[in-house]
Amino acid sequence: MTDGIATEDLGSLKAELVDSIAAVGTLADLEAARVAFLGKKGRLTGLMKGLGALEGEARRTAGAALNEVKDAVTGALQARRDVLEQAELEARLERERVDVTLPARPRRMGRIHPISQTMDEMVAIFAEMGFTVAEGPDIEDDWHNFEALNFPPGHPAREMQDTFYLPDREDGAKMVLRTHTSPVQVRTMVSQKPPIRIVAPGRTYRSDYDMTHTPMFHQIEGLVIDETTHMGHLKGCLVEFARVFFDVDDLPIRFRPSFFPFTEPSAEMDIGCSRSGGEIKLGNHGDWLEILGCGMVHPNVLEACGIDSARYQGFAFGMGIERPAMLKYGIPDLRTFFEADTRWLKHYGFLPLDVPNVAFGLTS
Amino acid sequence: MKFTLSWLKEHLDTEATTAEIAERLTALGLEVEGVVDRAAELAPFTVAYVKNAEQHPNADKLRVCVLDTVDGEIQVVCGAPNARTGMMGVYAPVGTHIPGTGLDLKPGVIRGVESNGMLCSEREMGLSDNHTGIIDLADQDVGRKVAIGDSFAALIGLDDPVFDVAITPDRADCAGVRGIARDLAAAGLGSLKPARPPAVPGAFQSPLSVEILPEAATACPLFVGRYIRGVKNGPSPAWLQRRLLAVGLRPISRLVDITNFFTLDRARPLHVFDAHKLKTGIVVRMSRPGEELAALNDKSYTLADGMTVIADHESALGLGGIIGGVPSSVTDETTDVFLEVALFDPMRTAATGRRLGIESDARYRFERGVDPDAVIRGAEAASRMILELCGGEASELVIAGSVPEWRRTVDLRPARVKSLGGVELPVHRQAGILIALGFKPRDSEDRVLRVEVPSWRGDIAGEADLVEEILRVNGYDAIPVEPMLRETTVARPAVSPRRRLTGLVRRSLAALGMDEAVTWSFMAEDAAEAFGFVNPGLRLMNPIASDLTVMRPSILPNLVRAAERNRAQGFPHVSLFEIGPVYRDATDKGQETAATGLRAGPGGPRNWARTPRPNDVFDAKADALDVLTAAGAPVANLQVTADAPGWFHPGRSGVLRLGATVLAEFGELHPSVLRTLDAAGPIAAFEVYLDRVPQPKAKKDGSARKPLKLSPFQPLDRDFAFVVDADVAADRLVRAARSADRDLVTDVTVFDVFTGEALGEGRKSVALTVTLQPTQATLTDEQIEAVGQRIVANVAKQTGAVLRG
Repeated sequence: MTDGIATEDLGSLKAELVDSIAAVGTLADLEAARVAFLGKKGRLTGLMKGLGALEGEARRTAGAALNEVKDAVTGALQARRDVLEQAELEARLERERVDVTLPARPRRMGRIHPISQTMDEMVAIFAEMGFTVAEGPDIEDDWHNFEALNFPPGHPAREMQDTFYLPDREDGAKMVLRTHTSPVQVRTMVSQKPPIRIVAPGRTYRSDYDMTHTPMFHQIEGLVIDETTHMGHLKGCLVEFARVFFDVDDLPIRFRPSFFPFTEPSAEMDIGCSRSGGEIKLGNHGDWLEILGCGMVHPNVLEACGIDSARYQGFAFGMGIERPAMLKYGIPDLRTFFEADTRWLKHYGFLPLDVPNVAFGLTS
Repeated sequence: MKFTLSWLKEHLDTEATTAEIAERLTALGLEVEGVVDRAAELAPFTVAYVKNAEQHPNADKLRVCVLDTVDGEIQVVCGAPNARTGMMGVYAPVGTHIPGTGLDLKPGVIRGVESNGMLCSEREMGLSDNHTGIIDLADQDVGRKVAIGDSFAALIGLDDPVFDVAITPDRADCAGVRGIARDLAAAGLGSLKPARPPAVPGAFQSPLSVEILPEAATACPLFVGRYIRGVKNGPSPAWLQRRLLAVGLRPISRLVDITNFFTLDRARPLHVFDAHKLKTGIVVRMSRPGEELAALNDKSYTLADGMTVIADHESALGLGGIIGGVPSSVTDETTDVFLEVALFDPMRTAATGRRLGIESDARYRFERGVDPDAVIRGAEAASRMILELCGGEASELVIAGSVPEWRRTVDLRPARVKSLGGVELPVHRQAGILIALGFKPRDSEDRVLRVEVPSWRGDIAGEADLVEEILRVNGYDAIPVEPMLRETTVARPAVSPRRRLTGLVRRSLAALGMDEAVTWSFMAEDAAEAFGFVNPGLRLMNPIASDLTVMRPSILPNLVRAAERNRAQGFPHVSLFEIGPVYRDATDKGQETAATGLRAGPGGPRNWARTPRPNDVFDAKADALDVLTAAGAPVANLQVTADAPGWFHPGRSGVLRLGATVLAEFGELHPSVLRTLDAAGPIAAFEVYLDRVPQPKAKKDGSARKPLKLSPFQPLDRDFAFVVDADVAADRLVRAARSADRDLVTDVTVFDVFTGEALGEGRKSVALTVTLQPTQATLTDEQIEAVGQRIVANVAKQTGAVLRG
């Protein structure tokens, strides 16, 4: 079937096959060439089969020469495949080119309301000082909202707070929308034994609606009851809070005497600011802005809640949430907080994963 | 409470500046809300002499005046009819800001004549509405000779800074200038001047008697009267008028101005009756329902039960502690007066004033508590002033009732100033402050100060009150700042597990593309009714607006209205949520926390790569399930039923339940409800009741989770298409497929649902993908076949479905 193979013939065969492979233009033609040369009926395969007819030294010599041709052909096939595949990939990438300036498919995260964010910031700071969060209902009876807090019936101090009333409860109790978060103090003292250290953020209500008042707003209440806490600690706690919250280390802070039925001594806390052109800037600028009321819990309140006022004492404070948020984040109008305007929420809101945390920095 | 610097100095000997006084007032707790110095504003206005005033050559109603002024000789054109040669007027130079017109004065040429300044009227200076002519100093009772260049403000006493101080409700004593002076003196800003004018001897027996009926004994414990005859009323002297004007009170007449003066000066309201208008003596009694009073504020009041009335034997003359009446009031013709100096019960005064809506300077003081020991003293001082300003002759005092017992002693342990107030202060300093405030501290054997409280400090009841007095006079600034001591080095978690999960829900919803809203807890009743409001106990008695009348039964109406507002403004793509209270009743347990949201609008902005799809019930369902997952609910065990409340679309809504407990409602809102709320649909919405989600029990093994078991064998999916009656819920097929082999079947999903003629009337096709997860060995073909048959059989048995051919 096969004649003897001359070495010089193999040399020209190798050149012929390698040249023809280099000339192939497509991957399909390359595969055809592979089959034609190395396939079951390929030319080299045929020659390989012919080796069986040779003997001894001649077979070894011819085998080695033939293998050299086969290796060269295999190498040429692979090299050509690499070239052609690369060309095809490049062609494909060119085909797949798009206009990347087209807008992405719409997808957006919503925003957290500044009130929630501010509450979380405040809780984060007070948590560092060992406070835990307490809660209470929005609808309160007169006892929790006023009487236990040392507002006697008919006392003019009640008129400081424009109260919303609901129909009387069956037992005759006057029902109100809580005018402050202070009833949570009462609920906490009635149900827990000292030492107590809580903050209570929540909704509060007063019948007042104008540029700077809304009938619903938010407060955070603080209460510390133990045997030794005094006015110095009250100052320490709130000064620390204000400087961390507003992120102004040298924020001027002033306490001045005031009156609340449920604290004695009582104080209001002002922070330093400037007011020009209707804009308030924080810092040491000579003017003052009131941000919270506070004081030592009145003995009558302790006694009303079943706590021995001869042994225990402590402080309480109550602070709005909207106003500090407006100051910190430059929000000009209180009423816009409750309008659910998506443009406002997008502008003043916070990314959901921006969780306030003292260790990583509060949001700003 | 307003007062001027010179008024304060009547009581306080001080060299302190206005700024020092203002700062100290605030530090004492008498918060200064403003100090107005009119002198600064009126500084350019000075006295000028009109050397010559003659007719303007080109205008009938104008005069050309040549003035001698502080700036030399100045020519002005003046339109006032009273401008005349030889008068002294008030001159404003060019460049002056004119308060009455709000304009800056410019040089001008008026009808051909130069004008380089202005002669001013009272209105132009912002002093009054009087614009009939320019100020003629001959008409002004300035009490001294005036010279060219004198400050006009100083001349009429306006160079007196006016303090406006906020008085807290406890400080009744500081509703009078003297009380404020006492506080300042105690704080070291001068010394309090003595003020004990000698009593006025009575010349005769009062012809009018005073009787307090027993029914009014607590409402009016003491009434001191005095008849003064032969008085002459008329305008008050300039100093008194100026004082009242400076603090915003209109001078009326000597007699009335005297009563107002005592109210402001001593926090001691008084009243004077025209004695001739009293039919008989004075009777203090309780009101008779329906009786009328024509009050001095020119309003008429119908009195209810339980109000304190000052009357003669015929009719009510005034409301005790609140306001007097017109018929018995003094006039310029009054010759005999009856003076009333009384005490009225604070609570009753407050209640009456509130009920009738009368705010008066008298009520303000009586409801805070007037010094019970200053009644007779007040009567003497007022009599003296009446005699001084109006002449006349005073009767003996008529006294009804008695001074209520006010003396009390409060113990102070001096150590409490440190242990409660945080300030170390020596006992003598503490006692010194108290003495300066009028307290009388006495040492006792047990190192306790026994402190006698002065009659004007009804607010002092306990030791803490005394600590505050000492702290505030010493200054809150002197309280050292001390850090809060922590019980543990590292703070423990501050929030309960439930509140923590609520935070997670909030941030999950925002991460899902919804914006967080905060809306009112109350809403309009019609909107609330459409969302199940039934409880009249949640209707506000005094709503502030007609659309904020009842406590909300659901957050949805507020969000729908918000979505509609956004749409109306041109922003229709709205995804909003709120986490907040909804209300069932007024008990402690009648409030629960809902996480509520909606997606409204065309389902997202138009985009070249994606066609927006309207939001539907399945978007709402996905949101509700995400909320429940974040809230820690066992989502895999929930049942879905199609019985959502009536505000949802009946065929496109559902309820997620855990047994009998409804955890969430979701779906598209009912078109009629949207119409009630004037909102465009469709809107896909959900309301999840977070408080109903069961809380995980405290774990015995701490926070460790169950070990993760991974199968080494690959899962495989098999698809089954069933034909079933159209009203069979797909969920039943899913459950049947799952329960066919609880070990192997780990997931079942619906990947296709359709109806068509080929299936037959009332039939549908439901195609399921079932995931099989072997755990012991790779499944053989026979095993797979066997599971498939069990699934088909169980689905058929449970739902009547057959495998599609």
